[in-house]
Amino acid sequence: MPEGIASQGIGASVRRKEDRRFLIGKGKYTDDINRAGQLHVYFLRSPVAFADIVSIDKERAEKASGVIAILTGEDVAADNLGGPICGWAPTNKDGSAPSEPPHPILANGRVRYVGDHVAAVFAETLEEATSAAELIDVVYSEMPAITDLKTAMDQPQIHDGMEQNTYFDWELGNEAAVNDAFDRAETIVNVHIRNNRVIPNAMEPRAAVAEYDKGDARYTLFTTSQNPQLTRLVIGAFMLNIPESKLRVVAPDVGGGFGSKIYVYPEEAVCVWASKKLGRAIKWTADRTQAFLGDAHGRDHISEVKLALDKNKKIIGLRVDTLANLGAYLSAFAMVTPTYLHGTLLSGVYDIPAIYTNVKGICTNTVNVDAYRGAGRPEATYLLERTMDVAAKQVGMDPAEFRRLNFIPKDAFPYQTALALQYDVGDYEPLLDRAMAMIDYKNFESRRAKSAKDGKCRGIGISTYIEACGIAPSAVVGALGGRVGLYESAIVRVEPTGTISVLTGTHSHGQGHDTTFAQLVCDKLGVDIEAVEIVHGDSDRTAFGMGTYGSRSLAVGGTAISKALDKVIAKGKIIAAHMLEADDADIEFKDGKFTVAGTDREKSFGEIALSAYVPHNFPHDRLEPGLEETAFYDPANFTYPAGTHIAEVEIDPSTGVVELVDWVCCDDFGNLINPMVVEGQVHGGIAQGVGQALYEEAAYDDNGQLLSASYMDYCMPRADNFPSLKVQNLVTACTHNDLGVKGCGEAGAIASPPALINAVVNALSPLGVTDITMPATPEKVWRAIQDAQTKAAE
Amino acid sequence: MPTVAMKVNGANVVHDIPDNTLLVSFLRETMGLTGTHVGCDTSQCGACIVHVNGESIKSCSILAAQLDGADVTTIEGIANGDELHPMQQAFHENHGLQCGFCTPGMVMSAIELVEKNKNLSEREIREGLEGNICRCTGYHNIVKSVQDAATRMGG
Repeated sequence: MPEGIASQGIGASVRRKEDRRFLIGKGKYTDDINRAGQLHVYFLRSPVAFADIVSIDKERAEKASGVIAILTGEDVAADNLGGPICGWAPTNKDGSAPSEPPHPILANGRVRYVGDHVAAVFAETLEEATSAAELIDVVYSEMPAITDLKTAMDQPQIHDGMEQNTYFDWELGNEAAVNDAFDRAETIVNVHIRNNRVIPNAMEPRAAVAEYDKGDARYTLFTTSQNPQLTRLVIGAFMLNIPESKLRVVAPDVGGGFGSKIYVYPEEAVCVWASKKLGRAIKWTADRTQAFLGDAHGRDHISEVKLALDKNKKIIGLRVDTLANLGAYLSAFAMVTPTYLHGTLLSGVYDIPAIYTNVKGICTNTVNVDAYRGAGRPEATYLLERTMDVAAKQVGMDPAEFRRLNFIPKDAFPYQTALALQYDVGDYEPLLDRAMAMIDYKNFESRRAKSAKDGKCRGIGISTYIEACGIAPSAVVGALGGRVGLYESAIVRVEPTGTISVLTGTHSHGQGHDTTFAQLVCDKLGVDIEAVEIVHGDSDRTAFGMGTYGSRSLAVGGTAISKALDKVIAKGKIIAAHMLEADDADIEFKDGKFTVAGTDREKSFGEIALSAYVPHNFPHDRLEPGLEETAFYDPANFTYPAGTHIAEVEIDPSTGVVELVDWVCCDDFGNLINPMVVEGQVHGGIAQGVGQALYEEAAYDDNGQLLSASYMDYCMPRADNFPSLKVQNLVTACTHNDLGVKGCGEAGAIASPPALINAVVNALSPLGVTDITMPATPEKVWRAIQDAQTKAAE
Repeated sequence: MPTVAMKVNGANVVHDIPDNTLLVSFLRETMGLTGTHVGCDTSQCGACIVHVNGESIKSCSILAAQLDGADVTTIEGIANGDELHPMQQAFHENHGLQCGFCTPGMVMSAIELVEKNKNLSEREIREGLEGNICRCTGYHNIVKSVQDAATRMGG
């Protein structure tokens, strides 16, 4: 292969093809799109958390300058529109179905959280719509807000017909076996875990531009989506009753997602609905406060964890009881995130013979909670990795060695966990060893002593995580209550001149698919990367696909591309055999050339492409003209990335400020296509996890007001909060996809919070502090120190 | 409606605009320069940073009418034809961007930072970018990009 092309294939840190448009200000985000004659919509949101709507008087507002229309829940009901749906419904432990109350796209008679959509005001300008909204007189009959997860089950029902404000009550594992393990245990470890509520905060706020073409009776929606095909399906089939063929959904450049742009929200549907109803294009862009009040939040669990150890300090049982706050309405993946994406991961990287978990999904008067980078796996990893540290301390072992003792040994793969999953491959000790070497773990105590001389508390914290990515085998998904398939589609379209368009059902919103996926093509077909165009995000162009989340794009979408490329090569070989007057079996394809084995007779890839479209000398008796192949790939299993992250912190006990002084990690993502992109994904994930552990909290007061609804109040991590991050990899290749890849998008966010909190607790343990909840803010750290010292003095 | 005359990316422009028009709205909506982004409404995120008379400024925090006669440069105006500005090139070489949304503000901020001090330490770069939020990169490769650009820009 020519050197230039070899450097563009699998394993090369190719600089990204998509960079240029972003760097010169020519990215095309939804808010950059305008349509002639468009109206702007502003959503009047509920200022109260829980109330019946007594009346809505919109008369004054309707007369305001520029106002075209004001739509409310009554209009939604009159047009018989549906609401957002839940894509995955686990069965309750008593065998019954979960509770799925309706979610009207504009509130109908009752509001259930601060930010609930009460009215949509359409006007010529955004300023006019915003001003007019202030003239709408809504009379609310307020009820006490239910925001506390611990007591919500005992409160009046937020939705009629629900019991104990509980969406579901789910279990997994063998409770009897776990009880038996606790009966036999030498040591029992109890840990109370609070996983704080955070807000995804993609830097691009959500937006939508919708228009209706009367001529062909067809809608177009431009929107900030991680999965435009699913958005089309949900809005068309479940919300607005539009045939899919009459709705085009385009997700152009999207400025980050992290889960929050998976779901269909009311705003996009209202824009599509109104575009026909009002006969004008409709534009909506959230400001940041609307994003805080409207985008699905993440995490928000309380768990009681119980670990049983035998006399050899080996884990013999684990029980986890979790309350998951899912907010006022069920978002699309709200129910699967704390169940099948959380409960199944509780074995971690450890050999645990008996595990049982119970999860209750709770309704509160807060914003919906759904998958946020990692989706259930960060929550599982946090509780397990905190528990490992507590357990290690309780039995007097070094936390690294306690983990090592309990690792699944490398010769145990494929490893069947006690919780449904089967890990295909992995080798955890080298990851731990490498990370410990990277941070010079063995000399930590001397660094601690040095910090102590400066009056600082130094701590080190480990997290050895696993995650289940590459979602997911459709049959398994279906058996567990999923309502979708989770295959992925790819079309490889070779054009007559030999350029190649790859149409993928995944979506890139920062992950670099334009480059990484093109590398797959370069590698297989031996063409220059500039000849390859990756197309995603337009339901009119791509085949039906499931989008991007769950670190699935490469493992599932990339494998689909790989399979479609194989079909192209197979067809190309038959064409070449015909042209070269040879047997099919004698044709080899390598470095972009079809060759008759053992001869110098060859046809270039370009010649074959041309022949497919100008089929003068072509095997018409065997093939159709053209060179375009489609593949749908349904994965055989999840993939299981794993690794070790270690954080080192220094704390000033007089202020409680935690300084992150070092971060190392060694991850196993299977084979890497573009190491530079992978490293970038890890950096970003770590930063989000550090944000959750040290800075970020979606805080509600007792009245259900979101106190942290702007960047003035919600602390986002900044550049000066981080040291240089040290990222390395080891590889055990995934055994069940063609590329041997596992996925890397969420690992950093999954691994990092427990590493950090373990480091903080480790730093403060000489002062008697045994736990700290996230986020470990200076105030919280300072108070923990004071409390521990007061206790010690007593 | 006041008339505002300014130089934007080297070209003289004159527009009548409502007096409450923010500079960022003027750039995005009146001028069609959508490279400058809006990521928050509290002047925290820095996605809207442009240069006004050579200084970086959050364009969501100033009225266009205040800038009569000013020289404004946006992300669209820093490359030399097809040749990227050294800061743009450094972001590309060092994978200093992912989703691209914070990137224009980050690049504009970083250019001013380096132009004022070509021998920035890593700590100074991190502190200098404190007014720009990125959710994708963990800032690691942004810092590397700025270090690289400082060298390219003669540091």
